[in-house]
Amino acid sequence: MVDVTSSAPDLLRTADGRPLKAALAAAQRKAKWRAFFLVLPLLAFVVLTFIVPILKMLERSVNHDGFSSNAPAMVAWFNANPATADIPEEAYAALVTDLKQMQKDKTAGAAGTRINYTVPGTISVFKSAARAAEKMTPPYKDALIASNKMWADPLVWVAMRNASSAYTSDFYMVSADLKRDAADNLVRVEDNQRIYVYLFAKTFVLSIVITVACLLLAFPIAHLLAVLPMAKSNLLMILVLLPFWTSLLVRTSSWIAILQEQGIINDLMVWIGAYGEDGRIRMIYNQTGTIIVMPHILLPFMVLPLYSVMRVIPPSYARAARSLGATSWTTFRRIYLPQTLPGIAAGSLLVFILAVGYYITPALVGGADGQLISNLISFHMNKANWSMAAALAAILLAAVLILYWLYDRLIGIDRLKLG
Amino acid sequence: MALPVYASPLERVWYYTFRTLCALIFLFLVAPILIVIPLSFNVEPYFSFTHKMLALDPSGYSLRWYDTLLTLGVNAPDDAVRDSTWWGMVWEQATWVKAAKNSLWIGMWATILATVLGTTAALGLSRPEMPYRRLIMALLISPMIVPIIIIGTGLFFFYSSACVSPDSWLGWALSPVLSAKGCLANSHLGIILAHATLGIPFVIITVTATLSGFDQSLIRASASLGANPRTTFFKVIMPLILPGVISGALFAFVTSFDEVVAVLFIAGPEQQTIPRQMWNGIREAISPAILAVATILVIVSIAMLATVELLRRRSERLRGVTPH
Repeated sequence: MVDVTSSAPDLLRTADGRPLKAALAAAQRKAKWRAFFLVLPLLAFVVLTFIVPILKMLERSVNHDGFSSNAPAMVAWFNANPATADIPEEAYAALVTDLKQMQKDKTAGAAGTRINYTVPGTISVFKSAARAAEKMTPPYKDALIASNKMWADPLVWVAMRNASSAYTSDFYMVSADLKRDAADNLVRVEDNQRIYVYLFAKTFVLSIVITVACLLLAFPIAHLLAVLPMAKSNLLMILVLLPFWTSLLVRTSSWIAILQEQGIINDLMVWIGAYGEDGRIRMIYNQTGTIIVMPHILLPFMVLPLYSVMRVIPPSYARAARSLGATSWTTFRRIYLPQTLPGIAAGSLLVFILAVGYYITPALVGGADGQLISNLISFHMNKANWSMAAALAAILLAAVLILYWLYDRLIGIDRLKLG
Repeated sequence: MALPVYASPLERVWYYTFRTLCALIFLFLVAPILIVIPLSFNVEPYFSFTHKMLALDPSGYSLRWYDTLLTLGVNAPDDAVRDSTWWGMVWEQATWVKAAKNSLWIGMWATILATVLGTTAALGLSRPEMPYRRLIMALLISPMIVPIIIIGTGLFFFYSSACVSPDSWLGWALSPVLSAKGCLANSHLGIILAHATLGIPFVIITVTATLSGFDQSLIRASASLGANPRTTFFKVIMPLILPGVISGALFAFVTSFDEVVAVLFIAGPEQQTIPRQMWNGIREAISPAILAVATILVIVSIAMLATVELLRRRSERLRGVTPH
């Protein structure tokens, strides 16, 4: 028999004699598992097709074996000897051994590419040295330096030492516009080479501009939709949702038709005589193109959250404020606007997140100066600079995940709605 | 919100200014979509209205760009008789027709995958006892938030290494859906999996939204009347959430049908889709043929939007929710 002297609630039992508490816990555990098993197939699918590829990408951003796998003698020498300012003959001998092998395997380019990321111009140096390596005689130090002065450059040796391990943070260093000096300290690159930080900053600023433009355009129509009678507002809502459902490429190509130099707006302006044939304005294939087209693409993502908040704001507050003597401007600023803040926050954050990583529209209408960080990632992918692309993508991913976390904390991801 | 009779002149001015402003913003939203329709009938290879078009002269309009969609890539003379052989050649060879077939095929399978997996998961996620609900939900919706270029980059690295030898039994079994080398890269299956992942957030969002108004006691009522879980699902749950499921499926299909970046990264020449063809067209030689495709797509999207709108109303009626 069970101990009946324990506290009173324990006496509550199910029909088959188990303590009620335990039976409830078991039932709840079972329900938990049942819910979890419904989600499990999708979870496994998303891990395979989404998480694993992103982990692969992150691994790529810290891994490049172009030098380390093709220069075994150098790797051995770097591992055996600490960094010194004066490079001895035996290191050059190891280098020549590796260069000879690279010439046979045709891998001098791969090794040079890895060094080239941190010391520009080294691909050709590696290739020509590999070609000449077979005919070189000791002392190798003098022979190599005679062939190209770069072999005496301490920067090259610092770079090779860092590349002797396949795992490296070099690509993140380059993404931050930093480089190593001869003493292996991080320093900023020359002003005219600082492209990455500038592009990150530009992406950030352009995204803010696009978000503000979206907010200014979405606020009036969301308000109108919220105050109109249901039948009318449903009809107008379709106008907001139509762009949402229309192919991105369709919208982008029609903007090209509208904005290009021989396009509709320019034709119209010339026709009404605002300016002559030669005064046609270039509104596309530059930054202006990105700033005009992106808000159009992202506007529904701002209207929908704003609308869902504005719809439930009771009109009685505004009326009360007016009856107490507030002007319409004061009523708007002090009563209405603060109540729409959750919608503004949700819409702005969503639009900003989407704008920061946008690729298609800037690529098609952005020209040279309307490109965002995504376009640079694509550029490096096309040039087969895979580790570089992966590092830039990882930084962008980190930024987006922080914003996403913020969105979830402030608004809650389960409140996301689509029309 | 009609203007009250006691409104001051200033309020009247503001009222009409505000309405005009809103009309202009709606114009900004819709005009760029609708303008492609007349432009696609241009007889000239221009991207703008010609004088003849503005004068509504019939000779300024033509169907030549729609004709291009059928004839581009077909190995037949321009003046060939349009009999069944010719149509057969169009079906087999025309670049745009092939792209449309690929897009529909990929979109269909991606939608089925995303809808089945997404609906099942949404059912689990809507249960109050689901552990780590918020975290898992955030993970499942993230493909919509993470920039597509990052997903494309990741898939490129993953797919080029995700190979099975064509000689192994697994490679033999999967050979119809993998590339010639037995990889996910350059294969239809690879794109279908990627597009399903991109569509899943939409299915999750629409189905959980439908389930949020779902009365859980209906399940208990059904069980108390002797229905087993399967009968309950098909007879009680499914009819009620079906509008949400179909909306989600349409969203997933549109996502796949419009997706170009992942395709650019992971597809081979065999997987030419409509967006990819359009992308090439816009980047290289932009011709009004693009606008003809665009017009067709706009009509498709209007049809889809109408369907979703009808479904939403039906769903609200079924759940007894008055609209808004």
